[in-house]
Amino acid sequence: MRPPATDTGEPLFSIREARLHYRVGGALSALRGRSSVVKAVDGVSFAIARGESIGLLGESGCGKTSMGRLLLKLEKPTGGEILFDGEDVSRLKGKALRRYRARTQLIFQNPFDAVNPRFTIRAILAEPLENAGVPRAGHEARIVDALELVRLPQPAQYLDRYPHQLSGGQLQRVVMARALILQPEFVVADEPVSMLDVSVRAGVLNVFRDVRDRLGLTAIYISHDLALVRYVCERTIVMYLGKVMEDGPTEDIVHEPLHPYSKALVAAVPVPNPHQSHDPLPIGRGAPDPRNPPSGCVFRDRCPHAFDRCASEVPALRDAGTRQVACHLF
Amino acid sequence: MTETFLSVRDLKVSYRVGRGSLDAVDGVSFDVPRGSIVGLVGESGCGKTTVARALTRVMADNAFISGGRMLFDGRDLAALSERDMNALRWREIAFIPQSAMNSLDPVYTVEYQLNEVLRLRGGLGRAQARKRCEELFEMVGIEVGRLRDYPHQFSGGMRQRVAIALALALNPKLVIADEPVTALDVIVQRQILDQLRDLQRQLGISVILVTHDISVVAYICDRTVVMYAGHVAEQGTMEATLTQPSHPYSMGLRNAFPDLQGAASGVLTPIEGAPPSLADPPPGCRFAPRCPFSIEVCASVTPPQVEVEPGHFAACHRAGEAPALRERARHVSTWMAEA
Repeated sequence: MRPPATDTGEPLFSIREARLHYRVGGALSALRGRSSVVKAVDGVSFAIARGESIGLLGESGCGKTSMGRLLLKLEKPTGGEILFDGEDVSRLKGKALRRYRARTQLIFQNPFDAVNPRFTIRAILAEPLENAGVPRAGHEARIVDALELVRLPQPAQYLDRYPHQLSGGQLQRVVMARALILQPEFVVADEPVSMLDVSVRAGVLNVFRDVRDRLGLTAIYISHDLALVRYVCERTIVMYLGKVMEDGPTEDIVHEPLHPYSKALVAAVPVPNPHQSHDPLPIGRGAPDPRNPPSGCVFRDRCPHAFDRCASEVPALRDAGTRQVACHLF
Repeated sequence: MTETFLSVRDLKVSYRVGRGSLDAVDGVSFDVPRGSIVGLVGESGCGKTTVARALTRVMADNAFISGGRMLFDGRDLAALSERDMNALRWREIAFIPQSAMNSLDPVYTVEYQLNEVLRLRGGLGRAQARKRCEELFEMVGIEVGRLRDYPHQFSGGMRQRVAIALALALNPKLVIADEPVTALDVIVQRQILDQLRDLQRQLGISVILVTHDISVVAYICDRTVVMYAGHVAEQGTMEATLTQPSHPYSMGLRNAFPDLQGAASGVLTPIEGAPPSLADPPPGCRFAPRCPFSIEVCASVTPPQVEVEPGHFAACHRAGEAPALRERARHVSTWMAEA
């Protein structure tokens, strides 16, 4: 089980009305007055408590990966603020920024794309140590420790191998070890098992859970599959077109999703069971053009319950029992 | 309905590598009953895509069929001349590729690409082809007005629908779909599977669905063929293979991924190790090195296909004890590495 949060005060992250808007179409379109804006993240607010794991759930284009990139300061927000330990992340510079980089890390989706194929495993893991100015003499021991942490048996045998000599599951553990080697407090895992075979996925998920608990990490797990999110996160935030639709305990969302979009997501999760519902999903086909989302509630044109108010008024995220829902029905 | 319409027997497909060759598919046999969906399921490198490609005889340059037969409506696809085979492609056997983005040509409109198939392969006239394009778009649920659009103007799910329309253009009898929903989000995935099944029923076609995802098999398939390292590990009706897995590999897969309908507290259990290298496969059962139930004979003798129930086969020396092994396979400790 999770160790209790180390301190009960401030959350690790406070996200207030975060926005990330991209202008799409080049200079030429702008001259013709045809450029438009994609609101990848549009007014998202939540707090991440120390030691908490949150699943960011949604389909491609919902803004979940952009949100992760904002938290890691890989993108600059176009609005709102992101506070880490009370400090505004967008103001971090120089030394403070280097420290931030070491305290926050990313675990990539495709391990084969995330490492340099010409580097040995040793070089892959030494790079963050060098960047952080760890003296050379200490590298080998830290590298071996990190590989042990992710349960690669007899780590020494891997050090001089190249990425292509490892299986997907082994390499994903190396990617995880690289993210953990500087002992970060916060990690973002972006679909970390979607490229792996089913028989090895479980191993990687178990290592992720185990390491997180042992180190008391705070984590964001990004996925479109609620079954995976449920396995690693006690809290889930459902996103759609850059906005939060529902935010609450994962078990509550699994058993009784409130937002109509969450309902469709839950119903769509594939289950390895021969006896299952084949009813059509309670959602309209085809996501809208992100450059031109519907007025009011962004989900309304696919929502089976939409009514007049949904077109005219953007639903605010409101408390509904154990969670928050952005829907005029609640 | 149970009439066999494709029958694959002892199929062997090899790849030339350096001076030698490796057998990616090594003695695979299965049947596709007319009007059914058969799921060919397994991990990367198990040979499932190689089987699918062999059935169309569109293979990598260094791949060749080195043995066996593929009887399709009475003809052996492995023995047909290239010319006769080409006459079957698209008209009788069609292929839906995994990544519709890569299979559609980005510089032509979708209508142009459909027309190419309809007119060159199908011999339709201009007016007939236009009518058929509209029919096909209606069938897969895309507005006819979008025929003139280019592939990049479609979303991933729409593109996969276009790929389905392309495959169905000339009314094939057999459609081979290679991971048709793998790259898609769960909601789109489900909608494409619904579409595929509706069309399959409506048109009475047979489908071979290649996938790594047992959930996809559970949702849509009538029969399952589980492959492991170039061999068939288990096959039978979808229900039997899922509810009474009789090969230790299939039993292991059941514990390996989360089930939203299951309890939250369950611990997932990986199958330790990795599939063997096909360049140098172990003697005997290829799953034996990862199998918690392996006994002496497994390391030396290739297991035969044992019929555990009528029509349900498992390639395992201990298939006779399947119910007892299934019980043991439920426990996490069974799958813990001994080392």
